[in-house]
Parts: sequence; C-alpha cells; structure tokens
Amino acid sequence: VDSVGLLLDGFATALTPQNLAFALLGVLLGTMVGVLPGIGPAMTVALLLPVTYGVEPVSAFIMFAGIYYGGMYGGSTTSILLNTPGESSSVMTALEGNLMAKRGRGAQALATAAVGSFVAGTLATAALVLVAPEVVKLALAFGPADYFALMVVAFVMVSTVLGSSVVRGITTLAIGLAIGLIGIDVQTGQARFTLGVPQLLDGIDVVIVAVGLFAVGEALWVASRLRRTPPEIVPVGRPWMARADWSRSWRPWLRGTVLGFPLGALPAGGAEIPTFLSYSIEKRLAGRRGRKTEFGSGAIEGVAGPEAANNAAAAGVLVPLLTLGLPTSATAAVLIAAFQQYGLQPGPLLFEQQPELVWGLVASLFIGNAMLLVINLPLAPAWTRLLQVPRPLLYAGIVMFAALGVYAVNGSAVDLVVLYVIGLLGFVMRRFGLPVAPAIIGVILGPIAEKQLRRAIAISDGDYSTLVSSPIAISQYVLAAAILLGPFIAQMVRRRRADPDVVAADEPEVFTSARK
Amino acid sequence: MTPHAPAPAGAFLGRLPVALRGKAELAVAAGVGLLGVFVLVEASHINVPATSNGIGPTFAPTCIGVLLIVCGAWLAVDVWRGGHGDPEAGEDIDLSRRSDWLSVALVSVVFLLHAALIGPLGWPLACALLFWGVAVVLGSRRWVRDFAVSVVLAFSVYAIFNNLLGVHLPGGLLAVVL
Repeated sequence: VDSVGLLLDGFATALTPQNLAFALLGVLLGTMVGVLPGIGPAMTVALLLPVTYGVEPVSAFIMFAGIYYGGMYGGSTTSILLNTPGESSSVMTALEGNLMAKRGRGAQALATAAVGSFVAGTLATAALVLVAPEVVKLALAFGPADYFALMVVAFVMVSTVLGSSVVRGITTLAIGLAIGLIGIDVQTGQARFTLGVPQLLDGIDVVIVAVGLFAVGEALWVASRLRRTPPEIVPVGRPWMARADWSRSWRPWLRGTVLGFPLGALPAGGAEIPTFLSYSIEKRLAGRRGRKTEFGSGAIEGVAGPEAANNAAAAGVLVPLLTLGLPTSATAAVLIAAFQQYGLQPGPLLFEQQPELVWGLVASLFIGNAMLLVINLPLAPAWTRLLQVPRPLLYAGIVMFAALGVYAVNGSAVDLVVLYVIGLLGFVMRRFGLPVAPAIIGVILGPIAEKQLRRAIAISDGDYSTLVSSPIAISQYVLAAAILLGPFIAQMVRRRRADPDVVAADEPEVFTSARK
Repeated sequence: MTPHAPAPAGAFLGRLPVALRGKAELAVAAGVGLLGVFVLVEASHINVPATSNGIGPTFAPTCIGVLLIVCGAWLAVDVWRGGHGDPEAGEDIDLSRRSDWLSVALVSVVFLLHAALIGPLGWPLACALLFWGVAVVLGSRRWVRDFAVSVVLAFSVYAIFNNLLGVHLPGGLLAVVL
C-alpha cells in the first residue's frame, strides 16, 4: 500500500513540465538511436550517456527510463525490417517478424510489437512496483556474506546464460574481473595494476569499459568486415492491425508478460530465456489449434509473444538492478554505469536515501511507455528511413559519440587511449565469439564482491565458515550450483534415455547464435 | 551456424603446421593465460600492510590470476578438441570477407590522432577530423560532402553540449571565435 503512495509521489516528480520534456526527449532519442542498424539497446544507452552529464540526477534518470524502453522498441523495429537482432533477446522477434515483413505484413508486425511492448511494459512495471519494496525488505537483511554469495550467483549466471559456451563466458568474466582490479585498493590504500600511470589510480571508469566494448569494439569489428552491398530493407507504411490480428495477438501478449517479468526479475534472469520460451509456447499452441500454422512463414503470434516477453523482462531486470545493484543484462550493466556517474549505487539503500529518484524513475517508465505507443505508430515510416543511413557515416557517428562520451567524463585524453585499448579488446571478443556482457558485468561486480568478501571475513575475525553460515547465503550457493551443473545433468539424463528430443535440441541453437 | 571465417593471419597459413590451421583461437587462449601470469606477478609486488586482518589486497588478484590461467587452459583444450566461437554476425558484417586489417589500422590511427589533437586543436576540430577520417576509411567516396557533414556535425554537437546541456568541452583554436 505504501508503495502506491510512493509511486504517486513519483508521478508528481515525473509530471512536472520539465521532467515530462526530459522523458519525451529520452523516448525520442532512445528510439532514434535504437532504430539505427548495428546499435542494440545496450549501445543505445551507452552512446546517450553524455547527454545527461550536465542534467541533475532525477531528471537524468527520468530521461534514461525513456531511453531504456525507446532503445528496446527501436531495436525490435530493426529486427523486423532488417532481420538483424541488435541483442540476443530480440532474435525471436526477428524470426517471424522479418518473414511477416517480407510477406507484406510489416505494418502488422510493427503494430503488434508496439502495442505488445506497451501492454507488457505497463503490466510488468506495475508488477515491479509491487515486488521491488518486498525485495528491498529482504535485501536489507543481507549481510556481507550474503551479498558475496549473491555476486557468485550473478557471476555463474552471466557466464553461462549470456554466451554460447560456458568456457568463453567465464573467460570474458575473468578478463572483466581483472580490469576491475585496476586502481587504488580502498581498504589499504595500495595501488594495484596501475603500471605507474597516475590516471589509472582511480580505476577505469565503467563508462569507458561499456562504451569501449560496445561502441568502439563494434566499430573496429565493422571496419574489418564491412558489407559492401546495400542491405535489403522491406518498405513499410504506418503500422496498423486488422481485427483478426488483434484477436490473435492479445493472448500472446499476456502470456509473454507472465513469462517475461518473473524470469527477468530473478537474479539469474535476463531476457533471452523468456523470449525463447514464449516463442516455442506460441509455436506449439498454434500447431495444436489444428489451423494450418503460419509459423515459418510469418506468424503474428511469433512476434507478439516474444516482443511482450522481451519488454516484460526488461522491466523485470530492473528489480535486481534497483533493489540489489545487480545487473543481469548488458543494458542493465550500462545503466549501472549511469548510476555510478552520479556517485549513486543502486541497492536497498537507494530506496531509502533517494526515494524521489527511484519512484520518479519508475513513474517515468509508465509515462515513457505510453509516449512510445503514441509516438511510434505514426512515426514508424520516418524511423525506417534511418535504416538507409550510409554505413560509413553511421559508424563514424558511433565512434564520434563514443569518444565524446568518454572525453566528457574527465576531460582527459588518456581516457581516450584507454577507451581505444578496451575497444581493441571488444574487437578481439567479436572476432573470436567471446561474449561481451560477462566482461562488463565482471568490471562492475568484481570490486563489490571483493569488498563484501573482505568485510565478511573482517567481521568474523578471519573465520571463513562465516561465508556459509546464513540460510540466505547457503540457498544462493545451491542456486549457483544448480545453474552451473543443471545443463550437464540434463545432458547426462538425456543421453541415458537415448531419446533425442528434437525440438529441445534444435531450437536453443537459434537463440544462442546472436549476442551483443 | 556461420561458416568458418578466414583466419586473420591468412598470409602465414601456408607455413603453419596442419594441426594449427584454423585454430587462431589458441592465440587467444595463450593471451588469456599470459594475462593470468601477469596478474599473479603484479599481485606479488603489491605492498601488504602488516596490520590488515583477514583478507589483504593481494587475495582477489591472486584468485583472478589463477582463474585466468585456468580459463586459458580450458579454452585451449576446447579449441584443440574442435570447439570454436563464431565471429559475431550483424547486418553490416560480411563474414565471408577476409579481414580488412588496413581499415582497422587506419581507424585506429584516426582515433588516436583525435585523442592527441584535442589539446592543441580543441574539441570541435579534432572531432570533425575523427568523423571525416572514419567515414573515409570505411569507404565513403564523397569526401567533400562528408567533410561538410563532419564540420557541421562537430560544431553543432559542440554547441548543444557546451552551451545547452552544460557539458564543458575545450573550444581550443576556435574558442575566441565561438
């Protein structure tokens, strides 16, 4: 009940003319940059970070709420019209969506994605309002050992879920952890891994790592393999849906929401699994109805479900992000960088110390969602024109904004050299299929994990058994073990049965084939 | 799945033993392992204050160094057994092409030049050079139009950020004029 009161306060914050203008600007910029080919939601947020440097925190995060959903929506437009998902969570939308567009049903695909995003985003944000205060209550009881266990869960999760192979996920996580070590050790004042460079004493800013891995890395990768033939764009008019499309869409929207929010909200969440599950459920249900299934030639259910699941999961991801400071997707990791830019650390204390900011942000999620629906249906043809931007100019713009964002943080050219080195790392990762997201999450969470571990051991006077002495910590280690060992056990069971489940074995390959 | 991309060191392939062909990822594995060794060596040079109880400043670096070495070895075994990471696909990526190392090098030069020139030239000019340079390297042939675009873009971005959004950027040479 008191969360409703706080939410109303949040609306009071967000509905001032100035903040409404920031929300609108965020939605427009987010969609515009998100639609640009080659730019997924994570890079959208990373490239737009500098826009908020001079803005006060509350307004900045109101803008980020718009950028977050706008980038997501823009990404789904690109997936449908170009068949090139900017993030692994929109792979499923691209599958049927692009087939629909090729059959001349692009307008319906865009419409069901837009309305589905609105419905799922609104319902899931409402669920966020109800769930987040409960998680905060739980999180306030967390001791340092429990936090350390939570970080272990997060490490296991990001390295197994966010990549195509476990060893590659753990490898990039370890690289990220190593980058996170650079700088002065806060507890003892010792310089670590600074190589005598004074600018490294403060550590490498998360913004530099995010922009380097996502933007500069992508630009170098594109430079090495730029497609010289113009891409195939399906022309599309103003999105609309016939009555039959509505009646085929609303159930997938709701099912997608129900899948997306809880799975996104888990500390081992993310948006890939719910979109994949939604796709396969819709496919199975369509087949069962006896009617000749359109799956494989552009079924609207295959866009409506996964797109709703994607947006619901995006709201769900905000639960661990805001209440625990735990990023479980690449985009969430970049949002943490935004918080750190203002010296804020998301977590239970943020709800107590900055209620205006947190609830203003949540209220803006509702407002931004509504704005997106109103803006995107009429503006879709204009957005799609952005898909034809000449590629050399597009990537020149990406590099330029990446350099601007990093230079503006400290006004230091040394930061630009660090940015370039991290960009090279991002290039190598793309070249050899190493997932980028675990690295950035390692940079963010590594120092926090170390701090909590040392605090726990200091409190217990050097007794390591304190790490497994609370039920909260123990249950999290069990969860971590389950995530790590689950696939191996499932594989062994399947092998013993010698009964290859064709559906289950085939489809996951699709959803691991893209990541960003 | 995407077909095997041509190995980066294409010219040297003929000289490599057969067993090593298409296994450029072994170099990545070696790099990860070496990074682990480096982390361990550097960790041993960190001063540990005598008073610290419990876990000191070298504990995490040691764990991460070991983890990197383990990952390097694990990755090497995986690659040796035929595992490989697929190069990332994308709408503007043509995986059937050979890597264009010249473009990567030129983008790098343009970028580092930008970093070096912000001080002497100021942000707007350094930025215009960055935009124009990257566009030309990436194959844009309309140099004059692109130059106009980059100058207009750099100065409008400078004006928006510096004067409207409160993000200070050095004007450099043109500070007097602006």
